[in-house]
Amino acid sequence: MNSGNFTAQVDATFMFILIVSLILMAGITFSMIYFLFRYHHTKNQKPKDIHGNMWLELLWTVIPTILVLVMFYYGMVGYEKMETIPEDAMKVESTGRMWGWQFNYENGIQTDTLYVPKGKAVHLYLNSTDVIHSFYIPGLKAKKDVVPGMTNEMWFATDEIKAYDVFCAEYCGDRHAYMLTKIVSMPPAEFDAWYQSNAKTEENTEESTAAVDGE
Amino acid sequence: MASRAIVDANEHQEPIYLDYRGRYDGILGWILSTDHKRIGLMYLAALVVFFLAAMTLGFFMRLEQWTVGQTIVDAKTYNTLFTVHGVIMVFLVVVPGIPATLGNFFLPLQLGAKDVSFPRLNLTSWYLYMIGALIIFLALFTSGGLPDTGWTFYAPYNIRTTTNIPLAVFGVFILGFSSILTGLNFVTTMHQLRAPGMSWFRMPLFCWGLYATGWIQVLATPVLGITMLLVLVEKTMSIGVFDPSLGGDPILYQHLFWIYSHPAVYIMILPAMGIISEIMPTFARRTIFGYKAIAYSSLAIALAGSLVWGHHMFTSGQSYTANVLFSLLTFLVGIPTAIKVLNWVATLYRGAIRIEPPLLYALSFIFLFSIGGFTGLMQGVLNVDVHLHDTYFVVAHFHYVMFGGTVMGLFAGLHYWFPKMFGKMYEKSWANISWALQLIGFNMLYFTMLVMGYNGMPRRYYDHLIEFNAGHQLATVGSWVLIAGILIMFANLLHGLLKGEEADDNPWGGTTLEWSIKGLPPLENFDEIPEVTQGPYDHNPEPEVVK
Ligand SMILES: [Cu+2]
Repeated sequence: MNSGNFTAQVDATFMFILIVSLILMAGITFSMIYFLFRYHHTKNQKPKDIHGNMWLELLWTVIPTILVLVMFYYGMVGYEKMETIPEDAMKVESTGRMWGWQFNYENGIQTDTLYVPKGKAVHLYLNSTDVIHSFYIPGLKAKKDVVPGMTNEMWFATDEIKAYDVFCAEYCGDRHAYMLTKIVSMPPAEFDAWYQSNAKTEENTEESTAAVDGE
Repeated sequence: MASRAIVDANEHQEPIYLDYRGRYDGILGWILSTDHKRIGLMYLAALVVFFLAAMTLGFFMRLEQWTVGQTIVDAKTYNTLFTVHGVIMVFLVVVPGIPATLGNFFLPLQLGAKDVSFPRLNLTSWYLYMIGALIIFLALFTSGGLPDTGWTFYAPYNIRTTTNIPLAVFGVFILGFSSILTGLNFVTTMHQLRAPGMSWFRMPLFCWGLYATGWIQVLATPVLGITMLLVLVEKTMSIGVFDPSLGGDPILYQHLFWIYSHPAVYIMILPAMGIISEIMPTFARRTIFGYKAIAYSSLAIALAGSLVWGHHMFTSGQSYTANVLFSLLTFLVGIPTAIKVLNWVATLYRGAIRIEPPLLYALSFIFLFSIGGFTGLMQGVLNVDVHLHDTYFVVAHFHYVMFGGTVMGLFAGLHYWFPKMFGKMYEKSWANISWALQLIGFNMLYFTMLVMGYNGMPRRYYDHLIEFNAGHQLATVGSWVLIAGILIMFANLLHGLLKGEEADDNPWGGTTLEWSIKGLPPLENFDEIPEVTQGPYDHNPEPEVVK
């Protein structure tokens, strides 16, 4: 599956808003500072009561309206891609609890680190056994809450061979900051070998998931 | 603008509000007084104490992040630190904030009224506020210990935790009534007690801000009350409402919570925007640009802002359609906000600007609040918010809005109205120094947090991965600079209050009615109710003569 993922799209949308914001922010700040000097009372003794200007006010109603609608549109398009889970994605059940993660593959493998083949779309079914958690992969710009009593779904696809950080993003108690794990993105062939050899036979017990624990 | 007779009067017919001796003396003369000015100052005193307490908690939170692993406290303590910091700052400081303090003091003065419509109800609101605060403080020191849910009290964690949630939630419930009654009182006052000749569109924009706020307080706060009551019922009687293990629905909690708590953001910000709309024309010595647009945009923000709560829940599993609609509505709030900012900036054009501490605070409000607005747009965008939600980006964003906005607005207002409240003047040089320190420290702290958030630092984390450590240390140093600025500011104001030089009647050349009063306002504000014949900020038909 090489449909790519939505990470670049999030970055592009963010960049667009950032550039618009920086231009407007610079305009506002520069105008304030310029006016402070240009119309300081030592330079301008005769202030003028300008009550408004219809065209100007119309202009700065219409321009923000257009800008925010464009932002909204980009966000919606990007979000649609996030919410459209590829049909051929690899399905994994992911359970959050206070305070750790567990992954169940279709062939019965159970892990607490998520192993995936690079580039393959992964479809997560998210369940919680206690309170709300949130499955967050900052490196892939993906996040979905893990809510007890309902099954949320999300998808992602890695784009490098490496380990991605996973954080619990919804506050869940004492060890919330240690509810961490990794997504290990492997070459597809290597993944297949791991997936076949571990099928249903043994429980995979990984090392503690708390990367920063005990410091 | 007010009838000149008042300005020329040598003596007030009644004693000034600080000297008034009613039925009671000393402390009783304050806590049993129904004078809106005394009530405003009583709120202010309590509020400053709460603010400093919560700021201290914030100081320790930042300090804890200095190193990876434990720096000063354990995880459990850290979780209570950010919870109590949030609860105090939100429910005891920024929500009641400006309306309760400066609103109480200046609304009747700006309207040309003797008091609010219901003075005794006003005092009742203050008592409810103090009782609510007391209950919250009891919750800290009684069985179960300090709440550790975050200020949002999310379900079902609020049901699972053994800390003292019921009492804290009950305190918030009581505070809600204080807010509702204040809103009701202010709205009624503006309908009934405007001075003769003061049409709606001659009303100062601070009042317009309070008017829009009042309606949100009255309409949205009951939802918070109901929600808190349901938590209380669920928690004490195990009746399932929000906890799925009891058959409840945690998403329902989030809807109910944000139906209030998002509009609450506008309860916080609209009065601050009103203060900025007072300060800009006064120090530019010209009328405000686009008065009606600013007045209407307050109402538009209040209305649209009541329909966007779902944008706090884009990752919760809420339906696609709901998310798209909430995102669209969120952007609509951006439009009236942009209009306000641009009109404030345009008010400087062709003015005769005096750079004084209140103007500096107002300008830093515009700068910081604009960053808050733009980062808000970034989170209103659906796919970007999925990444930013529940990270430091969100924390930094709402500090730009609530601190850079509301609290800077409050500081601006305090420096603006200080001479009319106390008849004294603070040291302007120290006010400028503290302002500069705050601006620098603020951005060191929160801009760094924006960057950390974009890089994936989740909020409410006791600990952090090593790659975030440099950012955390920079933010922590920023918090020290910011706190230094705030402490110098309060010290300077306190010094002004006790030993400051006597202030002029109208040191800034303000045109609204409160400045027409000679010296400190007397008990019932006006010896003679003024007659209003022009707009609130018409500086130049009859230019004020300033030293
Ligand atoms: Cu969690």
